[in-house]
Amino acid sequence: MQVLQVIVSGISQGCIYGLIALGFVLIYKATETVNFAQGELMMLGAFVGLTATSFLGLPYLAAVAAALLVMALFGFVLERAVVDPILGQPAFAVIMVTIGVGFIARGVVTMIPGWGTDTHVLEAPFRGEILHVGGLVVAAEHLVIIAATLLLVATLYAFFRFSRVGIAMQATSQNQLAAYYMGIPVRRLNGLIWAISAAVAALAGLLLAPLSFVHVNMGFIGLKAFPAAVVGGFGSLPGAIVGGITIGVVEAFSGVYLPEGFKDVAAYVVVLIMLVVKPTGLFGETMRKKV
Amino acid sequence: MHFVFKTDYAQDLQLFKHSGQTFWYGTLAVALAIVPWLLSPYFVSQLTFVLIYSIVALGLMLLSGFTGQVSLGHAAFLAVGAYTEGVLAAKGWPFPFSMAVGALTAGIVGAIVGTPALRVKGIYLAIATMAFNIIVEEVLARWESMTGGNAGLQVGPLAMFGWRVQDERAMYYVALVVTALVTLGVVNLLRSPTGRAFVAVRDSEISAASMGINLALCKLTSFVLSAAITGIAGALYAHRLRIITPDQFTVLQSIEMLMMVVIGGLGSIHGAFFGAAFVIILPQLIAVAKDYLPPAIGQATGLQPALFGLILVGFILFEPLGLYGRWVKTRTFFQLFPFYRRGMFRRRKAFMKSERLR
Amino acid sequence: MNPMLAVEDLTVEFGGLRAVSDVSFAVREGEVYTLIGPNGAGKTTIFNAISLIYPPSNGRIFFKGEDLARREPYEIARLGIARTFQNIELFEHATVLENLLIGRHVLRGPRLWQELVFSPAVRRQELAFREAVEKVIDFFDLAHYRDTRVAGLPYGVRKVVELARALAVEPKLLLLDEPSSGLNVEETDDMAFWIHDIRSNLGITVLMVEHNMTLVSRASDRVLALNHGEVIAEGTPAEVRDHPGVIEAYLGTLVEA
Repeated sequence: MQVLQVIVSGISQGCIYGLIALGFVLIYKATETVNFAQGELMMLGAFVGLTATSFLGLPYLAAVAAALLVMALFGFVLERAVVDPILGQPAFAVIMVTIGVGFIARGVVTMIPGWGTDTHVLEAPFRGEILHVGGLVVAAEHLVIIAATLLLVATLYAFFRFSRVGIAMQATSQNQLAAYYMGIPVRRLNGLIWAISAAVAALAGLLLAPLSFVHVNMGFIGLKAFPAAVVGGFGSLPGAIVGGITIGVVEAFSGVYLPEGFKDVAAYVVVLIMLVVKPTGLFGETMRKKV
Repeated sequence: MHFVFKTDYAQDLQLFKHSGQTFWYGTLAVALAIVPWLLSPYFVSQLTFVLIYSIVALGLMLLSGFTGQVSLGHAAFLAVGAYTEGVLAAKGWPFPFSMAVGALTAGIVGAIVGTPALRVKGIYLAIATMAFNIIVEEVLARWESMTGGNAGLQVGPLAMFGWRVQDERAMYYVALVVTALVTLGVVNLLRSPTGRAFVAVRDSEISAASMGINLALCKLTSFVLSAAITGIAGALYAHRLRIITPDQFTVLQSIEMLMMVVIGGLGSIHGAFFGAAFVIILPQLIAVAKDYLPPAIGQATGLQPALFGLILVGFILFEPLGLYGRWVKTRTFFQLFPFYRRGMFRRRKAFMKSERLR
Repeated sequence: MNPMLAVEDLTVEFGGLRAVSDVSFAVREGEVYTLIGPNGAGKTTIFNAISLIYPPSNGRIFFKGEDLARREPYEIARLGIARTFQNIELFEHATVLENLLIGRHVLRGPRLWQELVFSPAVRRQELAFREAVEKVIDFFDLAHYRDTRVAGLPYGVRKVVELARALAVEPKLLLLDEPSSGLNVEETDDMAFWIHDIRSNLGITVLMVEHNMTLVSRASDRVLALNHGEVIAEGTPAEVRDHPGVIEAYLGTLVEA
């Protein structure tokens, strides 16, 4: 019984990692850049949601919608302002830029009145509720996280598989120059990808907030999403979720059955093992350069 | 502008290309030697920090700037060097020996990180080094018998063969000597086959292999040397800080180190020094400017990270060659005046070339 | 007489795709041997198999009698094989001189610690390297590009630098992958003379892949024609040019209306 309990909480925590990792992988697949500010986007999303509910008094779902939209817009603007100009520079440059953006986000949040460095509570209708499912005692937050993740993954799958925009995005990710030649508006699509990715991050933030509260450093959890993305395979969307869940479950078990301190490093030990055994991850693809 | 007409192969090898360079670097050397007698102890201590950070930057520059291997975990090597020094100094080891052991230990740890890292590139390498940093940090926190855990390790003053460093001036000179030696070593390496091999590995791995460069050995050498140099800096760092705790060597620290080499100018020796100076000077400037800003901004705890981030983003967007690049451009402007053209240093590519297939 | 390079029943597969199928040929010492064929015939794949970039699925490659299968990719240069690449793989951020100096890497002696202190042995080696590389620079007339960053050079010059770098290795066998692609008529003319000099004056065996039939006829001793990864003809340039299989591969068969 306790094992199942641990598994459920591990899966739900893993879904959060997975959602953030999903955001990374979206951007990586499209533009081969890694967004080190993904955790901060999550944090901003949570703060926007907080502002919408606590300060503006909007009902929960409206606040969620507002947060998703605002962050999508922010992601689009971010891509245009900061990522687009450095197109053509090595990937290293984009990593550094996004790290910089993360720093700016964290710094600026402390300056905004009402946000600052305090820890805030996000009022969600399901906060604190406990459900009894087949003998298990499960917090409602966990179930909502898992359900929302599944819904999102299904939506994105359909989007990339069946919509014109989704297919165009796949094209730009595989060969950007050819996409240009085909008349695909590559730069606009890049902006759209970042918008979607930011919205996904915002969703992760809103789902995490009832569990961990809203504060300026909540984005550090984003660091654990990197192992999730690597374990799943950096070019794979389902991989991101699977990787996240793997890390979440391993972490949960380490917390219960291993001595103190292992829980914090479990994710990183897993990723190192993965990189030695199968660097491309569970679902990743091996690529070679043709000379 | 100096035109160097070379008539001898040996001229290619010289460290200073012409008399002008010799003059300026000579002046710099003299200035560095007499500065502690001219400035207050506080400024001297800040200069010592700049020197120590320069060594750190040189170590990371060797790996990331010259060999092209990203490392988001270099603070781990700094920690290894610092803790080794702390432990050995407490046992009475003279500084040169304890520093050497610190460098060696850091080098070994570098080999441990480097060996699996050889097989992965780019973002995977960044994440592996980051993961490694976090694990080392945790190990240092848990290994209380050796490191004092989270409470920290006290480090006495630098001592060797009966002489103890009692004031800022003495510490500065020790740091200056070590920095000079490390810089000379790195410069020598870069004008030798191994240094060229590093650059080759950075620019085209397949081509480097077909020229006879053993990629695995080359990357490993770079990792180990880079770690050892950072370990040397760590030894000095321990004596500077007097108390070292695991949370001084986090991933945030590693990121700051990367910022240092990027802002300074990736792929140049000068960049290491510019970056180190920048990282030390900026907080001072912020402290001064704080009082002139509105309280919401000036007193916010996030002011420093925000400014760092802003400057980093600014440099990458507008000055990718870093501070050193800006220096070269400014100098060229004055040297070529009025013939300087704005497009002289412009990059060509406007679309993304896939690095997955590198 | 032992051939310099012997390829036996070489097969290279990428998953389900068979790029090279049971190809056998031998290159004699001192000759210029050319591989021709339409795009996708497997020519560069053969090069990459010799350079140990791709492992062969079947077959063996012998260089001066030694089976290369037991070697690592970076050992190829030390054995005496140097190559150029189809899509120039130069070290973009280094100067022409530095690129060529990398070619001398296989001949280095002093150890790492000696390099750190720049011992006299290292200094002597550096001077010796520079002298050797200068000869290559003179051979190709690259003197005025000596200290220029490769990234800013025109395409024709970069191709020459690529060739010069391969020569700096002082190889016994030179693999040239499409040396004339992207070059204009004068540059191709220069290339033909250089290949001739490399063979006659420097005594280096040349194996090349080429599309330009004029260059092939002028510079080659023997030619191997490939199509779809298989050998269709071997012989002198004239023999291969008139071979019906080769004509069909390039031009197709006449369809009776």
